[in-house]
Amino acid sequence: MLSRTADHLYWMARYMERAENIARILDVNHRMSMMPQSRIQEEQAWGATLRIMGLEAAFHQRYAEITPDNVLEFMIFDQDNHSSIRNCLRAARENAHAVRGTLTSELWETTNGTWLKMRDFTPEAFADAGAGEFFEWVKYRSHLSRGVTIGTMLQDEALRFIRIGTFLERADNTARILDVKYQLLLPAGEVEGGAADYYQWSALLRSVSAFEVYRKVYRDLITPARVAELLLLRVDMPRSLARCMKEVYTNLQRVRNAQSAETERQAGELEATLRFGRIDDIVRGGLHNYVIRMLARTQELGNRIADDFLVPVS
Amino acid sequence: MTIKNFYNEMKDEAGQVRPHYASYAAWLSEMPEERLAQKRAEADALFHRHGITFAVYGEGAGTERLIPFDIIPRIIPAAEWKTLESGLRQRVKALNLFIHDIYHGQDILKAGHIPPDQVLNNAQYRRVMQGVDVPRGIYAHIAGVDVVRAGAGEYYVLEDNLRVPSGVSYMMENRKMMMRLFPRLFSRYRVAPVDRYPDMLLNMLRSVAPTGVTDPTVVVLTPGAYNSAYFEHAFLAQQMGVELVEGQDMFVKDEQVFMRTTQGPQRVDVIYRRVDDDFLDPLAFRPDSVLGVPGILGAYQAGRVTLSNAIGSGVADDKSIYPYVPEMVRFYLGEEPILHNVPTYMCRKKDDLAYVLEHLAELVVKEVHGAGGYGMLVGPASTKAEVEAFREVLIKHPERYIAQPTLALSACPTFVESGVAPRHIDLRPFVLSGEEIQLVAGGLTRVALRDGSLVVNSSQGGGTKDTWVLEA
Repeated sequence: MLSRTADHLYWMARYMERAENIARILDVNHRMSMMPQSRIQEEQAWGATLRIMGLEAAFHQRYAEITPDNVLEFMIFDQDNHSSIRNCLRAARENAHAVRGTLTSELWETTNGTWLKMRDFTPEAFADAGAGEFFEWVKYRSHLSRGVTIGTMLQDEALRFIRIGTFLERADNTARILDVKYQLLLPAGEVEGGAADYYQWSALLRSVSAFEVYRKVYRDLITPARVAELLLLRVDMPRSLARCMKEVYTNLQRVRNAQSAETERQAGELEATLRFGRIDDIVRGGLHNYVIRMLARTQELGNRIADDFLVPVS
Repeated sequence: MTIKNFYNEMKDEAGQVRPHYASYAAWLSEMPEERLAQKRAEADALFHRHGITFAVYGEGAGTERLIPFDIIPRIIPAAEWKTLESGLRQRVKALNLFIHDIYHGQDILKAGHIPPDQVLNNAQYRRVMQGVDVPRGIYAHIAGVDVVRAGAGEYYVLEDNLRVPSGVSYMMENRKMMMRLFPRLFSRYRVAPVDRYPDMLLNMLRSVAPTGVTDPTVVVLTPGAYNSAYFEHAFLAQQMGVELVEGQDMFVKDEQVFMRTTQGPQRVDVIYRRVDDDFLDPLAFRPDSVLGVPGILGAYQAGRVTLSNAIGSGVADDKSIYPYVPEMVRFYLGEEPILHNVPTYMCRKKDDLAYVLEHLAELVVKEVHGAGGYGMLVGPASTKAEVEAFREVLIKHPERYIAQPTLALSACPTFVESGVAPRHIDLRPFVLSGEEIQLVAGGLTRVALRDGSLVVNSSQGGGTKDTWVLEA
């Protein structure tokens, strides 16, 4: 397969996944804002959303203050914010367009249809109905696109690079969500592992579709350490880092080429670190430091994959 | 402008429906207009969702539009197609012999049939091709010949497109759409299928691979996703099951072309290129081109890769060469041309120019190197001021123009705002030349949607129709 084709497939999947995760993060805040909370809490929650995506500076260049409406407009519609949902869906579509012949017609039409529909949404339309339905729609389109991918694409290289893109992006996003929320929700001085605000933590779990999973797995109170374990180390949790890295490693093994041995080794090492990690050790060493290291290694892996297979990041 | 006395595809002079349209006309008369409108809306929605669009230049990057699709088919009886097909084979055969001759012995020039400076000083003549042998001696592997009907229904060739003719994907998509919208119509008619085209194209491309290559790798070269015909490039690559490449995906090493793949470099043998000559190789042609592959001309001249169509094919489809095509048929094949040329005045000739200036308001004047319906004057459809403005340009640069009588193009019933009404049409069949000359029974019918308009180009508000060639 052409390197450029693989590159487009990989980025198509990454942008679709990113759109979904942003919708999830915003959706949780949107729901939380319907509950009683102080002005400070509200601002902190929306500020955290920007921090997760590393977009605080970009936001403040455009808006004077953090309000729900401003953040929503910036994260959903802003043309200059390359990570706004609109721009993610557009980028997914542009990448798909560049390789439409490699996609099944169902997958192309799904991706194209998502973009065409996105153009119909406006901030004004949210004024009455709220953005909740929109977030549902984004998640639904992402589920659809993933389902169509798995249900119609030949199990060849093209599918592998799509999957690698999906899981690298998801690993990155899950790690960021956990990191920012963990810092925000764990009040200073409180012992990690103690009981915390039920609503806040359950909202975090919901943002990664893990609330019901948590109940099933732990059958117990929600504690920060268990939430971290679930999102980092549980291989059976579809949005955890451990699961994402397992998928990346497996798919990389199937596309290996003459120069990719070191990349494959690093992916395997990262996967093993997560598989054999213990949450007690991680919490003792500081969760934030751990996540920062994981994010750096994920990014390094992405760069190596680009160099070995795709269009190198220059 | 109202064109009188045009040939009506559906009805004869007495207003009687022609036999091959009878069944369709009966069906149409039972079809309420709301239902037609609904079917047309359905077609538009489907084309949008499928992304069957073309990019529009000058309206901001990424602007995509639909080519209007008309739901009333253009029907060609079997016997008519038979003549047309023989005429097209004959014409394309002669054109390929001409290009080969021009880049080798130049017999036709020596015999005095065409003034040498018309060919050798032509912007489309490529000196770098002189003496280069190409596989099977074929240059224009894919030809899109524009044919119109005029007068009492005779066919005329308007233009031979031998560089990168487009439109074949619409021929196929239009058929798919018609079958989806009106499945039962196809039981009333035996319509020749067109879906073999990608297979024929791939076979043809493989048949012109460099000598010694037994299992050639074929690719389609596109200028990229923002090119107006990108949909077609992607469509053809997918239908043939070959890679769709851009210039940046390929490189030349030791006079061999490779593409960069996830498994390392892979050799490329045949390139169906949808990029103009000028942009193919920045080392040989336009140095600012980012669409091409540096060094590809060297690989081509060494016979290590096939370019389709060949570099320099444009010398035969230039409007200044067009008037000589009938002469080519006689010279190379010793046959009389089956298809007519439109009488053409060459403004660089003094007598012709005098005639053209005198009859400017009746003629169509075209730029010799123009394409896409730009830079032309349709005399009868222009205001006095427009004609006079054009006259000045023409006097200044007569060599840049040719003129033809305004043909009363035939008209076909078309579903427009005011209901079903006749609109002028042309036809572009696609002729493939490799081991043998082949064409599918059909082509792209373009239709001028504005009342009275003769300009069918999609860039100028033209639409398309499905073209039905009936089986005998």
